[in-house]
Amino acid sequence: MSTASHAVADSMTMLRRNLRHALRYPSMTFAVVGMPVMMLLLFNYVFGDALGTGIADAPTGSGDYIDYVAPGIILMAATSGSLVTAVGVCVDMTEGIVSRFRTMAISRGSILTGHVVGSAIQTMVSIALVVGVALAIGFRPNANPAEWIAVIGLLALVTLALSWLAAAMGLVSKSVETASNAPMPLQFLPFIGSAIVPPESMPTGVRWFADYQPFTPVIETLRGLLLGTGIGNSGLIALAWCAGLTAIGYLWSRVAYDRIVKR
Amino acid sequence: MPATHTGASTVVPTAAAISAAGLRKSYGDKLVLDGIDLRIAEGTIFALLGPNGAGKTTTVEILSTLIAADAGEARVAGCDLAREPDGVRAAIGVTGQFAAVDNLLTAEENMFLMADLHHLGRAEGRRRTAALLRRFDLADAARRSVATFSGGMRRKLDLAMTLVGDPRIIFLDEPTTGLDPRSRRTMWDIIRELVAEDGVTIFLTTQYLEEADQLADRIAVLDRGTLIAEGTAEELKRRIPGGHIQLSFAEPHRFQLAAELFETAVRDAESRTLRIPSDGSVSTLRAVLDILDGAALEADTLTVHTPDLDDVFLTLTSPAHPTTSRSAS
Repeated sequence: MSTASHAVADSMTMLRRNLRHALRYPSMTFAVVGMPVMMLLLFNYVFGDALGTGIADAPTGSGDYIDYVAPGIILMAATSGSLVTAVGVCVDMTEGIVSRFRTMAISRGSILTGHVVGSAIQTMVSIALVVGVALAIGFRPNANPAEWIAVIGLLALVTLALSWLAAAMGLVSKSVETASNAPMPLQFLPFIGSAIVPPESMPTGVRWFADYQPFTPVIETLRGLLLGTGIGNSGLIALAWCAGLTAIGYLWSRVAYDRIVKR
Repeated sequence: MPATHTGASTVVPTAAAISAAGLRKSYGDKLVLDGIDLRIAEGTIFALLGPNGAGKTTTVEILSTLIAADAGEARVAGCDLAREPDGVRAAIGVTGQFAAVDNLLTAEENMFLMADLHHLGRAEGRRRTAALLRRFDLADAARRSVATFSGGMRRKLDLAMTLVGDPRIIFLDEPTTGLDPRSRRTMWDIIRELVAEDGVTIFLTTQYLEEADQLADRIAVLDRGTLIAEGTAEELKRRIPGGHIQLSFAEPHRFQLAAELFETAVRDAESRTLRIPSDGSVSTLRAVLDILDGAALEADTLTVHTPDLDDVFLTLTSPAHPTTSRSAS
């Protein structure tokens, strides 16, 4: 039998296992969806008026603050989903079951692939929920079907990149507590970008960081696709970041996994 | 001797299920295994006996491909450990010290997971799951989440999961540690059955001397990373002169008289006891009683002490112990 077909079959088995976990114990998914939804409500209803006035001249289409902030919060749904991967991988590594998997003749990468794909699917579902809430409270994108597909594609790529990074974080974490804190920087990064307010309003040093960090071009691309603001070269930069982060996350995971095997 | 057929020199030697030479492993400065040699025949139970920290789990981890040895080589099921790890993995099943089950799934789902990873196909996977859960008395709990299982049930499920893939060689790392006496008996019965009915080879580690005595065809004693003895339980027991008949007397006068009758006895004047070397046979016991009768002496208590594996263990693992005055035997 071919090893490639085994690798796919084993990864599917692991994926089914992780999705079953998610369905049976949905508290993690709720927590992961809850965070961006809370952010959305907080920034729209509590800070919305003040922030909206402050960024009145930013190109947001309608001029409503919800239209400015929604794309950023949608991205936050992707970053908070990385928690699922980190914790899931770490739980597997610290409990006995991974030793069992490693003494079986199964495809080596399938454990990680199952986690990454499984949590990417969960994250896409939670992104859909966040988009739904945003629409319900007044987010009015003007994207056409092709642009929506591009949005979904970009979010899927971002989610995949973040999941591989988080898988590596889960592998190097010694305890589940550490693993659940490890993706924290990823979750905070959008704030120091163009998610909440435009980088132009920030002090020079922070602004420089905001302009060049990976999430700003992603947010700008999402905003452009959803609301018709200018994308410029943000799209290409966003894709390059996704490819780069996926490669780093994947390689880091491989190395970290092999290190656990050798000890 | 027990009914196990030890390979006579004229018979073609049985194929080794596991063979190892010079296995070494250290973690940093700490040497955990210092050159282990093993040869375990197919269809037998082998027990690796040793105290905590002797290197038992490390040995299992190396032989089951979980970690790599620093030096030495080993073949498991005919495959070289370093060069053909997947061949080894296809032939073995491992049940570790801590139950390797998925707590978020039901017992049945855990079994299906194993069946899927062995690429068994749906029907065959269901058939084996049902049969194994029935065999291990877990059929009623099949649909329950494993998180609600007791320690004994968890171990049984763990072993059932190991058996889904029909392994030829099974590693059991301290299979009964932490189990209550009843669950331990059940586990023993299951292990015996596996060898008797399925003809598998079992490599088990234990810190319980009784367990090794009960189950194993051959026992190796591991202490601080070195094998210090190997043989059948009988052979190991013979290696130490632990058997004796102990007589104790309330009155000093009687103790004196008895001590004169048994010249070979070890005397302890303070507790007024005599330890007479014995092979544990009835005739020796009768001889001792006859001598006492002849002198019209009566002991207050008499106990017959046959050497058990505890004696072996204590004698072999503590070289500094003062009582290791080994008589040539």
